[in-house]
Amino acid sequence: MRADHDVIASLVPVGSRVLDLGCGDGSLLEELIRRGADGLGVEISDEGVIACLQRGVPVLQDDIDKGLDDLEDDSFDIVIMSLTLQAVHHPALVLREMHRVGRKSIISFPNFAHWRLRTQLAASGRMPVSPLLPYTWYETPNIRLCSIKDFEALAHAEGFTVEDRILLDEGGRREGAVTQRAANLLAAGAVYLLSR
Amino acid sequence: MGASGTPARSLGFVETQRVVLFTEDNPLVLDSGEALAPVEVAYETYGERTEGDNNVVVICHALTGDANAAGHHGDPTHPGWWDTLIGPGKPVDTDRLFVVSSNLLGGCQGTTGPSSIDPATGTPYGLQFPLFTVSDLVKVQRALLAHLGIKHVLAAVGGSLGGMQVLQWAFDYPDELEHGVVVCATSRLSAQNIAFSAVARAAIMNDPDFADGDYYATGKGPDHGLSVARMMAHITYLSEESMRQKFGRRIQDREEPRFELGVDFQVESYLQHQGKVFLDRFDANSYLYLTRVMDYFDLFADAEVVRIQLAKVKTKFLVLSFDTDWRFDTSHSRGIVRTLTAHRVPVTFREISSPHGHDSFLLEVPEYHKTVAAYVDRALEEAN
Repeated sequence: MRADHDVIASLVPVGSRVLDLGCGDGSLLEELIRRGADGLGVEISDEGVIACLQRGVPVLQDDIDKGLDDLEDDSFDIVIMSLTLQAVHHPALVLREMHRVGRKSIISFPNFAHWRLRTQLAASGRMPVSPLLPYTWYETPNIRLCSIKDFEALAHAEGFTVEDRILLDEGGRREGAVTQRAANLLAAGAVYLLSR
Repeated sequence: MGASGTPARSLGFVETQRVVLFTEDNPLVLDSGEALAPVEVAYETYGERTEGDNNVVVICHALTGDANAAGHHGDPTHPGWWDTLIGPGKPVDTDRLFVVSSNLLGGCQGTTGPSSIDPATGTPYGLQFPLFTVSDLVKVQRALLAHLGIKHVLAAVGGSLGGMQVLQWAFDYPDELEHGVVVCATSRLSAQNIAFSAVARAAIMNDPDFADGDYYATGKGPDHGLSVARMMAHITYLSEESMRQKFGRRIQDREEPRFELGVDFQVESYLQHQGKVFLDRFDANSYLYLTRVMDYFDLFADAEVVRIQLAKVKTKFLVLSFDTDWRFDTSHSRGIVRTLTAHRVPVTFREISSPHGHDSFLLEVPEYHKTVAAYVDRALEEAN
C-alpha cells in the first residue's frame, strides 16, 4: 500500500460512501472497499480504468478538470483526491466540485515550499526533483505546484474548514518530527481533512 | 487473442431451439393487462453450465437482432450478429461462460410476434397483436431462464434496445442480475430519436401494400416502406466520419457521375442494398411494434419509484458509450450513470473512442472489447 494511502485510509470511517478523484489503478479504493466503504473512482487514463475493472472497483472514466456533472450534490460522505491536485488544470474548480458533492474532503499534495526543494532551486538554479515530484520540468504532469500556505488559502477561499492536517515526509509517510508551525518549510507534503 | 489468452475462435455451427413458454392456461400477462398466449420463443445457448449456475450470461438483442448471436447456421461467412464479442476466447468467453440468447417478444425470427398466428382467428395477428413494453420483453427473458432451470444470472448483456432490457430487468427484479452490461443504450428516447421512429413507421404505414397490417395473405407487403425505414435507420447507426471514409462522394461502378435521378453515388447503392436485404429477414409489423416499445420506454420517469426500486437493486453495472454514436449519444449513457450513481448503484462507465457510430457495439473495437473482457473476467472471478 502506498504510504500516503495508509494515512488517507486512517481518516475514512468504516461504511463511508467514498469518491476518489484521479483514482489511478483503484488500489486505494480497493483497500477502502475491503474495509467496508462504498466506493467510486474517477480516472482519466485508459490503463487506470482497466486496472480498476480488474480489481472490481467501480470507476467513471472522466476528466475531473471538466467538473463532476454526473454526480449529485452531497452524494458522498468523503471525496478523496490524493497527489492529484498538482496535476489538474483547474484546481479551484475541482475544489469547488469536491465541496459540492461531498460532505468532507481528503486532499493530499506535495509541498513545493519544502526546504529541500527551496535549496535545490536556490543552489542549482534548476527546477527541483524529489521523491514526491520525481519528474523533470519538461515531462512532468505536475503543473500546479503549490505550498501548504498556498493550498490553505485556496481551501479557505472555497469555503472549506480544515478539520485535520497530517504532514508527510518525502516517502509519503506520516511525518512525526515536524511541528505544525514549521510545516510549510519542513513537511514534504500534507494530507488535509476538510469539511464545509 | 481472447480474454483468457487463447486465440479467439468461432463457435462454429449452432442451432436455434424453440420452446412454448406461455400457454392458454398460463398466458403472458402484459403490462397493459392483456393476456397473450401462446408465446413461443426461439433461443440458442453456447458453452457449458457450471454446477450452481455461476457462469450464466444472458444476451439481449437490439431492434432487429435474433437468437443467433454467435456461431453460424451453416455458412461460416454469415456468423451471428454479436459473433465479434461472443465465442471461445472472446470477451464473452464461451469456454468459461454459459450464454443464453433469444429472439425477443414481438420479433419475427422464431419468437411470437405480429406475424404469428392469432389462435382466436387462425390468421396472423397483424395490428391485433397487443402493444407491449420493455418490461414485457424482460418477463419473456425470465420465463426462458425458468424453463432452462436457471436461477442465477451472472450478467445480462445488451446494446441499444438490448441494454434497455438489461436496465429494466435490474429495475423490475432488483436481486436477479449480478451484473448488467449496458452498451450505447438509453433510459429514454429523445424527441429526435422518436422523430426517426415516427418517420420509419410513416414509411411503412403509408405504403399502399401495408393493408392495415393485414398484408400476410395478400402475397405482397409494405416492402417499399420497410426498406425506406431501414435505409433511414441505417444512416443513424453510422457516423458522419464512417460514411465519409466508407463512401465519400464516390460514384457507383464508374468514375464520372451519371447525372440522373436513379442510384448514382455509392452511399445510395449501399443503403438501397441494406433496405433490400432487410426485407428477407424482417416483418414490417414487428418493426412498428418494436420501435414503439422503444419510444415509450422511460425507465426513470417517476422519481419516487426510482428511489424505491434503485434502493433495492443489487446489480452492478458496466455502462459504455461510443464517442461518434449520435443515435444514442454519450449523454444518454451519462444520464443512466447519473441516476444509478445518485442512488448508490455501483457503475463503471467509459466512453469508448470509435469512428463507427452506433454500430460500434457490433464491431471489433479493441478498447471496447478489452473493457468488456476485463469486466466479465472479474465478475466470473468474484462469482467463483
